[in-house]
Amino acid sequence: MSPVHYVALSVILFVIGAVGVLVRRNAIVVFMCIELMLNACNLAFVAFARLHGNLDGQVIAFFVMVVAAAEVVVGLAILMAIYRARRSASVDDANLLKF
Amino acid sequence: MTGVLAAAGTNTDFVAEESLFWILFVAAVSAALAMILVRRAVHCAIMLAIVMLCLATMYAMQGAPFLAFVQIIVYTGAVLMLFLFVLMLIGISSADSITETIKGQRLATGFAAIGLFVLLALGIGHAAIGPAPATTAANGANNLTGLSQLIFTTYVFPFEVTGALLITAAVGAMVLAHRERTSPKPTQRELAARRLASGQLAPDPPPGVYALHDAADRPALLPDGGTSESSVSTALSPRDPNETPRFVPPEETLQITAEEAEREINPATSSGRAES
Repeated sequence: MSPVHYVALSVILFVIGAVGVLVRRNAIVVFMCIELMLNACNLAFVAFARLHGNLDGQVIAFFVMVVAAAEVVVGLAILMAIYRARRSASVDDANLLKF
Repeated sequence: MTGVLAAAGTNTDFVAEESLFWILFVAAVSAALAMILVRRAVHCAIMLAIVMLCLATMYAMQGAPFLAFVQIIVYTGAVLMLFLFVLMLIGISSADSITETIKGQRLATGFAAIGLFVLLALGIGHAAIGPAPATTAANGANNLTGLSQLIFTTYVFPFEVTGALLITAAVGAMVLAHRERTSPKPTQRELAARRLASGQLAPDPPPGVYALHDAADRPALLPDGGTSESSVSTALSPRDPNETPRFVPPEETLQITAEEAEREINPATSSGRAES
């Protein structure tokens, strides 16, 4: 089975994640959509690693997972700090920098 | 799973991989679509778990068993649990608002999504992607050996930097989640003075646990024969302590009858005095 199918699936998942980031209001759901986009990228990396017959793509996907884990930890901590201050997890309510 | 792992990267079982791929394709795309359509954040997390499990199976199908298990353990296990944990802290029932705050945002998002999809699809369509090689010779003895050789030779510096990143993220999360105390902690003397001023020296009475009905929704009996409504948790609706229980055990196991126990426990008929 050609890796192009996997890449196509990763494109679809990436676009769905991007739509979710743009449409959703809840900051946690926005975060989940970002995770979906990262997962789609990982799928493309693994597919290309198989296509080229080496493991570099898999190593990159591994690093992406590590960075995503760190990003989630810091992001959710920021979210909790905002929720404590504003009593809301909606991205519309964090508008102090808006002029 | 072992069949999937055995067939990984060999392309021997072509039909099996093809059918499994299309099943997972439908499952992943529909779960991802449901994720951006459902309103509750918890349902979003469940849908994201389905997508991640589908992708883990696809990694295993593509000769990456290590990544498949890392995906399940790290993503579905740790990251998603962290999401659910924060959801629990922030409020599990917080449904997303449907109203559009920016006029025409949905429409613009739709156009942008179509544009992005067309761009990516064109880019991939123009690339000459042939069939995958029959086996990944780079694996060495197995996938894990090949990966570890790469990580600890070619990519050893990024791997070390990853350690610094993880430490920084952990410290950053602790600093961000830490809450500074804005008012000084009350001393024992202040607490005692506050309790004296409130007029109620003793804590609230616990709900009644009697021989007849040992339930937390029975209000406590007060010394004057009345009942204390404040002893029952606000999550429960208090029941009349003099009400006869619906289930009466057989006489041979229970020595006293319900009426006797009632008279013994609560000689005065309860006036139902609400104690605040």
